Amino acid sequence: MRRFVPVIVVALLATVPLWLGDPYILNAFITTGIFTIAAMSLNLLLGYTGQLSLGHVAFFGIGAYVSALTALGFDVELFDGFHVVHEPWPVIYGFILAIVIAGLCGYLVGKLSFRVRGAYFVIVTISFAEVVRLVALNWVELTQGPLALTNIPPVTLGLPGIGYANLYGKTGNYYLVLGVGVIAYVVIKHLVQSRIGRAMIALKENESLALSVGINVTRYLVLAAIVSAAIAGAAGSLYAHYLRIIDPDIFLFLYTVTMVIMVITGGKGTLAGPVVGGALFGAIPVIVRSFAAPEVQWILYGAFMIAIIFVLPQGIVPAIERWFAPRPSKKQLVASQSSVSAE
Amino acid sequence: MLEVRDLECRYGSVAALKSVSLSVEKGQIVALIGANGAGKSTMLRSLSGLLVPSRGSIMFDGEDIARCSPPQVLKRGITHCPEGRHVFPDMSVEENLDMGAYLRRDMAGIAADRAQIFEQFPRLAERRKQIAGTLSGGEQQMLAIGRALMSRPKLVLFDEPSLGLAPNIVERVFEIIAQIRADGATVLMVEQNAYAALEMCDYAYLLESGVIATSGKGADLIDNPHVQAAYLGG
Repeated sequence: MRRFVPVIVVALLATVPLWLGDPYILNAFITTGIFTIAAMSLNLLLGYTGQLSLGHVAFFGIGAYVSALTALGFDVELFDGFHVVHEPWPVIYGFILAIVIAGLCGYLVGKLSFRVRGAYFVIVTISFAEVVRLVALNWVELTQGPLALTNIPPVTLGLPGIGYANLYGKTGNYYLVLGVGVIAYVVIKHLVQSRIGRAMIALKENESLALSVGINVTRYLVLAAIVSAAIAGAAGSLYAHYLRIIDPDIFLFLYTVTMVIMVITGGKGTLAGPVVGGALFGAIPVIVRSFAAPEVQWILYGAFMIAIIFVLPQGIVPAIERWFAPRPSKKQLVASQSSVSAE
Repeated sequence: MLEVRDLECRYGSVAALKSVSLSVEKGQIVALIGANGAGKSTMLRSLSGLLVPSRGSIMFDGEDIARCSPPQVLKRGITHCPEGRHVFPDMSVEENLDMGAYLRRDMAGIAADRAQIFEQFPRLAERRKQIAGTLSGGEQQMLAIGRALMSRPKLVLFDEPSLGLAPNIVERVFEIIAQIRADGATVLMVEQNAYAALEMCDYAYLLESGVIATSGKGADLIDNPHVQAAYLGG
């Protein structure tokens, strides 16, 4: 039964543009979907390896800029008279490059920062995001700085010989985000349920023990960082080609916080957690906006977040799972109590 | 089988081990005793690759493993059963055992070894699906030992296997260690419970402030007046 839940959810989501008339709500669905993909990627690091990256938006933003610049082309003078010129490429190359380059950044950041843990790791990741933001802000020749990259072309899908379609509309983008989301979910699911995933969970639970059962801890942490960053880069690329304009504000700390909230309220370390958290915190702004003043919206948003953490500290998905899990029988309870008293 | 020569291990400027030499023959149980802070755990951690010694060599089956990583050490047949009955708390008993066989790929062999461990520890078999963090202390120690055996080690390093356990369970742990030797593995153990360790071992080393103060057969050390005064309560 449980294994059909994701299929049913995807099937239901696939029908949304058919009956939903309101373009504003469909827009909310699309941006929520994009941030849910980013949250899923963060969950791989935070939930499965236990490393809190507070610079995750860097990979998202790098994906967005790489993808946009690949599609727009650029002409940058690196030093006197030496120009690097890039002619515009089809958007799909930008999407692939966004994944590759974000993954590469994940590798570099992972290699450097996994020499340290805990608070130090968090600080390294925040610094990385800040450095990338400053580059995007100040390298005006490449990124237009605060003037933003505009006129980013939408994603073009199609096959040679059959024809191409530009996804200007919301419906097309909706299905694109849904498709990428499903792929990201499947990739993460296969990863965490494999040998590699067990190693990641083991090193989260007890790092020195993981080492002594023969797990190369750093290698698996870096691997998690690469996959996580690559998926975040894909989400950033979708964001750039959907909004068709990006500026350095894409690196705002607020976006990282949004991803973290989605993962933690949904349930970190569960596959469905970021999806549930993402849907919830995508929906809340839309719902409260319909009746509350802008200042009150953020207060309600915060209050709701605190309420969830307070009532369900493990997150929503683990709470639901516990509710449906078979209760331990009385006999087992008695047995475990007697073994405690035997100590 | 294991030959440690002039091993020095530093934490920053402090040398926890100063030129320690010891050897373990195949099939022996060797005990390393000493007070808190003598360097016993440091010794085991450097043997299993968790610490890199600053000087000296660790020869295992004719190969220097002093600079090997923990997975490389494990591949050569040394397994470390760390202090404080470490288990993976959110994994089930069965999953914990399987983690012990992480570097092995022979599924059939792993399944057979798991079955054998369940036979040896019926208590774990009853609880194979239970989450390890909810086991009692004694059960967790059994699980930690079982997991160590899942790598089919030639040499098992035990760090304080009896620490914090009820007396009847301590006795059971020592029985198991004797059984491990009978099954063909070699044991090097660090123990605070000096009397029990000396009684069961073939050979023992006394570590004091990072140097080997004395060594000898277990029974000889029990009779040694210095050992009696300092470690056996009189």
